[in-house]
Amino acid sequence: MAEAQNIPVGSTTAGSIAVAAESTVATRMSAPPSFDVGDFPVPHGREEEWRFTPLERLRGLHDGTAVATGDGVKVAVEAPEGVLVETVGREDARLGRAGTPADRVAAQAYSSFDKASVVTVPKDTVLTEPIRIAVHGEGGVAYGHQVVELGAFAEAVVVIDHTGDAVLAANVDYVLGDGAKLTVVSVQDWDDKAVHVAQHNALIGRDATFKSFVVTFGGDLVRLHPRVAYAGTGGEAELFGLYFTDKGQHQEHRLLVDHNTPHCKSNAVYKGALQGDDAHAVWIGDVLIQAAAEGTDTYEMNRNLVLTDGARVDSVPNLEIETGEIAGAGHASATGRFDDEQLFYLMSRGIPASEARRLVVRGFFAELVQQIGLPDVEERLLAKIETELEASV
Amino acid sequence: MATLEIRDLHVSVDTENGTKEILKGVDLTVKQGETHAIMGPNGSGKSTLAYSLAGHPKYTITSGTVTLDGEDVLEMSVDERARAGVFLAMQYPVEVPGVSVSNFLRTSATAIRGEAPKLRTWVKEVKSAMEQLQMDPAFAERNVNEGFSGGEKKRHEILQLELLKPKIAILDETDSGLDVDALRQVSEGINRVRENGEVGTLLVTHYTRILRYIKPDYVHVFAAGRIVESGGAELADKLEAEGYASYTKGGASE
Repeated sequence: MAEAQNIPVGSTTAGSIAVAAESTVATRMSAPPSFDVGDFPVPHGREEEWRFTPLERLRGLHDGTAVATGDGVKVAVEAPEGVLVETVGREDARLGRAGTPADRVAAQAYSSFDKASVVTVPKDTVLTEPIRIAVHGEGGVAYGHQVVELGAFAEAVVVIDHTGDAVLAANVDYVLGDGAKLTVVSVQDWDDKAVHVAQHNALIGRDATFKSFVVTFGGDLVRLHPRVAYAGTGGEAELFGLYFTDKGQHQEHRLLVDHNTPHCKSNAVYKGALQGDDAHAVWIGDVLIQAAAEGTDTYEMNRNLVLTDGARVDSVPNLEIETGEIAGAGHASATGRFDDEQLFYLMSRGIPASEARRLVVRGFFAELVQQIGLPDVEERLLAKIETELEASV
Repeated sequence: MATLEIRDLHVSVDTENGTKEILKGVDLTVKQGETHAIMGPNGSGKSTLAYSLAGHPKYTITSGTVTLDGEDVLEMSVDERARAGVFLAMQYPVEVPGVSVSNFLRTSATAIRGEAPKLRTWVKEVKSAMEQLQMDPAFAERNVNEGFSGGEKKRHEILQLELLKPKIAILDETDSGLDVDALRQVSEGINRVRENGEVGTLLVTHYTRILRYIKPDYVHVFAAGRIVESGGAELADKLEAEGYASYTKGGASE
């Protein structure tokens, strides 16, 4: 194996700058990816992939004690004409092609779901209206599987909206045919008690473009694992994320971009604001450039804005490069505080404290929100940010 | 006529070695249209006076009063003081990432004026104020103080002074770190605001050179936490010639 390189760049306010030392992204995991939950030991919390997650708040998703209750979540798909929407059984051959569960909860979800939802946008179909998938928690425990597949040169926008209360573990597959363009907005707007653990697998076809916005506001514990791999050369992935972590919430985003194919691009930008005691945000950005992936161009960035004392950020960018023949690779991580001096400066210009905080947070998120390109989603997010801010003062 | 009255003001800060008194009984009256220069050596407490008037949380008022037209300034929050008409141009304005200058100025003007300025006239107002201060229009799209040079920060402070039109302007070491051209342009900006006769100016400075551009009506020498001598503009000439030595000798200057 070629030499792996770890370049630590990071800072956390109350957390640590962690560096994966000698091991690679793959070998740091406690077991290789598998569809079978039996292949993963029950985590005890010290494993690399679980060390930031409060296991006791997973409500049994990690140790086999969370049994699906049948009233877990309701999934409703609203799709424009030309899109095929199906509910299929476990044996359907289209499931699990974009990626393999990488940890025990994802494998538990894959081993436990009853029906899967498959949304297909046929070859050459260019949608002008988004596909909307509403996942509403009904208070129970659920395991899910969602597939979104775009045929060659198809173009679509998918909005997946999570609301209500549930304990949910799921896998989501995005399969992009050659030249396809998919934009996905996944909004985690859960009630306060919800627990949501999901792995998102994107498999990007030759010259295809995948753009993802992961927006996390709600829940007691949300742990998402967006993963990208390329099925051909020329693929592009843009991974944007925005989270607002409140008092007591644990919100964790663990990215993996696997540059396994030459001449592909990836760009990840995740931004989070935190406020309140025991608000905890975790961001892991693993980018792997395999020996074969010449001409790779990748950048990842995580920014956090800590609004109050008592919040904690762990931000761990990790870039592993097995070939020097690349176009570019970089990463950055920074955690800043909205401090008393900034507050004083804005207030000394007549701006009340609550308005000052709003100004800073809106400014912090604006560049990401504006890139979504869906006015109704953008407005809702901005309104959500306002609500979160009002809750703080 | 707007009047700021400071009476027997005592201010302390918390340090590692306990509470330390910095202002030890300051008396000063600043009326609309007047310009007062507060001059003193480093550590005399003149910046503490400026920040205490604006309400910085680091400083604790232990006794004394500050009123603006009879209203108790010390009872007001920082933003209330600003809306009442107190403006502090800071020596080291902080960066506010994510907030553009144009957004900041408009939010601030809306807060101070009590209503959002009409967009068309506002854009003109900002543009012309920026031109007069020789500021590049692209400046408006940058984040507040982020990556600004020393001169840009000071121009930005004076731009706010021009747009917010306070009753009392406290300028804390606005001249420090400026080259001659920048000092002249910034001083011209301050003079434009003074010329309308509606502002009382408190010019806090270590050096006399800004007084070549801005003529004070009164000069006060600050040492060891209080005003030790007051006079007219001619007092500045004396300071220029003799320095602060005669005021600090044997004094408790830090």
